[in-house]
Amino acid sequence: MKFGVIVFPGSNCDLDAFYMVKDVLNKPVEYLWHHEKTLRGSDCVILPGGFTYGDYLRPGAIASFSPIMTAVHAFAARGGLVLGICNGFQVLLESGLLPGALYRNIHLQFRCAWTHLSVENPHLPFTAHIPSGQVLKIPVAHGDGNYFCDPETLETLKKNNQIVFRYVTPEGNLDSRANPNGSLEAIAGICNARGNVLGMMPHPERAGESLLGSRDGQFIFQSILKHWGESS
Amino acid sequence: MTAWKAEIQVTYKKSVLDPQGVAVEKALGALGYDHVEKVRIGKYMELLLHAESEEKARSQVEEMCQRLLTNPVIEDYEYRLQPVSLERGTGQTGS
Repeated sequence: MKFGVIVFPGSNCDLDAFYMVKDVLNKPVEYLWHHEKTLRGSDCVILPGGFTYGDYLRPGAIASFSPIMTAVHAFAARGGLVLGICNGFQVLLESGLLPGALYRNIHLQFRCAWTHLSVENPHLPFTAHIPSGQVLKIPVAHGDGNYFCDPETLETLKKNNQIVFRYVTPEGNLDSRANPNGSLEAIAGICNARGNVLGMMPHPERAGESLLGSRDGQFIFQSILKHWGESS
Repeated sequence: MTAWKAEIQVTYKKSVLDPQGVAVEKALGALGYDHVEKVRIGKYMELLLHAESEEKARSQVEEMCQRLLTNPVIEDYEYRLQPVSLERGTGQTGS
């Protein structure tokens, strides 16, 4: 299974994502420059965190019109696996691949902290091999992670099981103090209706080794590999 | 082809909490302006465009607002449009 990590001007977690796949999972991965027109045969494409185009206008707004996004749209429409992390999640929302929007954290602070996530939909390629009931310890680092959508969209998300991760306490309980940014319904990650496009604010690629304080990000990447019929 | 100046104001939708507006309202209250409410922080953009008619200029501005300049999920926009004369190639504008 081959991964591709898209590099936009201003991406800064591209190396982390690349390292996670190459050095932690020992799987093939390559960088994809945003001007490219194909995903070069990637089986899973990662839109990494960062500040594409300096967050000008709105986070992810300008990157969503990068040439490579046409290929990402086509890939997603064919059922290809797309993972948007942090700014990558913002790009997916701005490009219309996922519904809703992320805007300024409710307390106006940039929040760099460990968060704990409940797995609300354990039936996705990204989550199917996370042990049942496991609370994931994964860090966030963002200023615009406050998820918002209108009531009709929220209803649709719930009906289709598109809410994938919620911010919870280490014990797995919903608590406003565990929500780092004021997100609607403590939403930390959502997927599209088909379940092949996932966007999440927390950084699983930064939680791949015990040395970093948590290996829980591996659960997500291992799920992807096992979905593909591989193990690392 | 006439040149038009568009002045666009973008604010969060009424249904979206504006955390900057809330913070500024509190700060105004702390300064003694406690009769102030509903503070909203937004963005101002201006651009020049060339179009044959006001109708075409309006339709272009609205299309640009919906596709890129605003996020319709969380933001509303208003704009003013006025014809401008481009004199002596200086880029100076007047109405």
